Amino acid sequence: MTDSTMTTRQKVEASMKRRRSAETRFRVYGMASVLFGVLCLVVLFGNIFGKGTSAFTQTVLTTELTIDAAELGVTSASTEQELRNADYEGLIKDHFKAAYEPKGRKERRDLYKLISVGAAWQLQEMVIENPSLVGQTLQVNLIMDDDVDQWFKHEYGNDSGSIRLSEKQLEWLNSWAESGDLHTRFNTTFFMNGDSREPELAGIRGAITGTFLTLLVTFLLSFPIGVAAAIYLEEFAPKNRLTEIVEININNLAAVPSITFGLLGLAIFINMFGVARSTPLVGGLVLTLMTLPTIIISGRAAIKAVPPSIREAALGLGASKMQTVFHHVLPLALPGMLTGTIIGMAQALGETAPLLMIGMIAFVVDVPGFINDPSTVLPVQIFLWSDSPERAFTERTSGAIMVLLGFLIIMNTAAVMLRRRLERRW
Amino acid sequence: MAIIENHKTVGNPLCDSAKLSARDVCVYYGEKKAIHDVSLDIGKNEVIALIGPSGCGKSTFLRCLNRMNDTIDICSVTGQILLDGDNIYDSKVDVVPLRATVGMVFQKPNPFPKSIYDNIAYGPRIHGLASSRVDLDEIVEKSLQRAGLWSEVKDRLHSPGTGLSGGQQQRLCIARTIAVDPEVILMDEPCSALDPIATAKIEELIDELRDNYTIAIVTHSMQQAARVSQRTAYFHLGQLIEVNSTDKVFTTPQHQLTEAYITGRFG
Repeated sequence: MTDSTMTTRQKVEASMKRRRSAETRFRVYGMASVLFGVLCLVVLFGNIFGKGTSAFTQTVLTTELTIDAAELGVTSASTEQELRNADYEGLIKDHFKAAYEPKGRKERRDLYKLISVGAAWQLQEMVIENPSLVGQTLQVNLIMDDDVDQWFKHEYGNDSGSIRLSEKQLEWLNSWAESGDLHTRFNTTFFMNGDSREPELAGIRGAITGTFLTLLVTFLLSFPIGVAAAIYLEEFAPKNRLTEIVEININNLAAVPSITFGLLGLAIFINMFGVARSTPLVGGLVLTLMTLPTIIISGRAAIKAVPPSIREAALGLGASKMQTVFHHVLPLALPGMLTGTIIGMAQALGETAPLLMIGMIAFVVDVPGFINDPSTVLPVQIFLWSDSPERAFTERTSGAIMVLLGFLIIMNTAAVMLRRRLERRW
Repeated sequence: MAIIENHKTVGNPLCDSAKLSARDVCVYYGEKKAIHDVSLDIGKNEVIALIGPSGCGKSTFLRCLNRMNDTIDICSVTGQILLDGDNIYDSKVDVVPLRATVGMVFQKPNPFPKSIYDNIAYGPRIHGLASSRVDLDEIVEKSLQRAGLWSEVKDRLHSPGTGLSGGQQQRLCIARTIAVDPEVILMDEPCSALDPIATAKIEELIDELRDNYTIAIVTHSMQQAARVSQRTAYFHLGQLIEVNSTDKVFTTPQHQLTEAYITGRFG
């Protein structure tokens, strides 16, 4: 075809078909890869949301309960200590024993097992808060055991029986469910409690607070240090071998597996400097090491993106190097730096491995109050729960992942919005 | 075209009332010699045009005059440049006051991404030239008036300087430079990014500024050099070939390279 008798135009047209099909092919490849990515995301989210949404509801039993002053041995005038020490568990057990008359020890035990141990604490708190309740008959929503919770949320109505619940238990439960006394409500426990061995009482408040404190430490350390390092390296450092070595190593640090930072933190912060292990302080220090390269690299890129003409303008007017940097370069580079910082923080938010090394995997029930209290963080909490055998923990694992994803999405959206808002054109 | 061995600048590179005098200035970018032994006087209240083909070193030379080349790491300068008799490359000299005295306007308008007012006020602020808000307002107004921009922007002093047109931006940059009240203004192809009307305005402005300032202007336009300058220096491959009064350079050039350039045989 391409012989010398063809004109250039004919040659071009002859090649058009091949070029067009190449273009179409490329577009199809592109769409296929995007589709694949979206599909993976949908499967992941579908899986997590499918398992996790039920973590946000909790099964409770509505029942009429008399806070019997004689049985508890307290009056409405008792001190807080006396109210605290009263036997609420006994009160609940007696109430159910009287109401359902279980035969024999086994049935009695089965009946009591349906109610969570948390129900007694629930009553205790109510009474301490309002001692005048003593002697009254109240309508209360008692938290049910995790086995009941799972059965009611997933198996009730299936008639398939249950491995974890006996015939007699199912009989009681079915009757409660039919009367509407057994029902689900929004799971405040999940958000208000720390970790617990009892799945129905386990919550993420401790982990969220720990995460917040850890990230606070990380931010307070890594942002100023990172920005200062970026400015110095980009604007002031002499261009010599030493600077080059520093630069290369910062890039290397960004690629170091995060667990290594955990080992480093263990060796240096805990063993050498004696920082208390398992605290947000040491967690924040370790995550700072990890976040710093990200902040420095993005900070330098942001500084580099400031057009040299702005620097020349300032220098040409007689501004000193410092003034040029702080009056002109930094304000223009700040949006980029903040974006990098938020992305770095989002990375730190999801980091688990280094925190395992410094003891943040410990089982911590209390919600940490300050950066030197033992605590855990969300991803580690997820890791811990994912390892637990109870089915209710699987649900909570997915629930916690949803919360973590929510935070990540909020942070990344904030980064994008910040960039949009602060971005200045020149 | 090769470098001419042992070239001695023809014409009159020196003058009686020199504001800036360069003596045997050589500039190196790393190993490469960009400027070869240039000696040139820039007289008080004169406009000197530096012309020559691209890459001939005229901008490099201009940037030596307020040590803007210091910002380029690999650039080194030998020889002397005297400002009122004092060598600006002396180790004791601080570039901050030097650049306040020898201001610079760049090829591409580069206003700060701030308001028009803040653009002008920045220099006076960092040098502490205004004792009060009223003082500063006055400096801003005066500078904008001298740059011929006042009537166009007086109603929007607080809108961003980057929102002005190219020509207005360049006049804003000139106003910003004169707000610091320098003695010398260096202009590096100030009109190359502007249309003919804006160019005419800038040229008019340069003519007016001559009464108060010493101006060195790099330009690619020979018409512009002829219109605004009193003296013209022709650079070629880092060498200063010829310096003379503008009339003379454009009517009776002494060196064959100058003649070839201004008649358009290369460039």
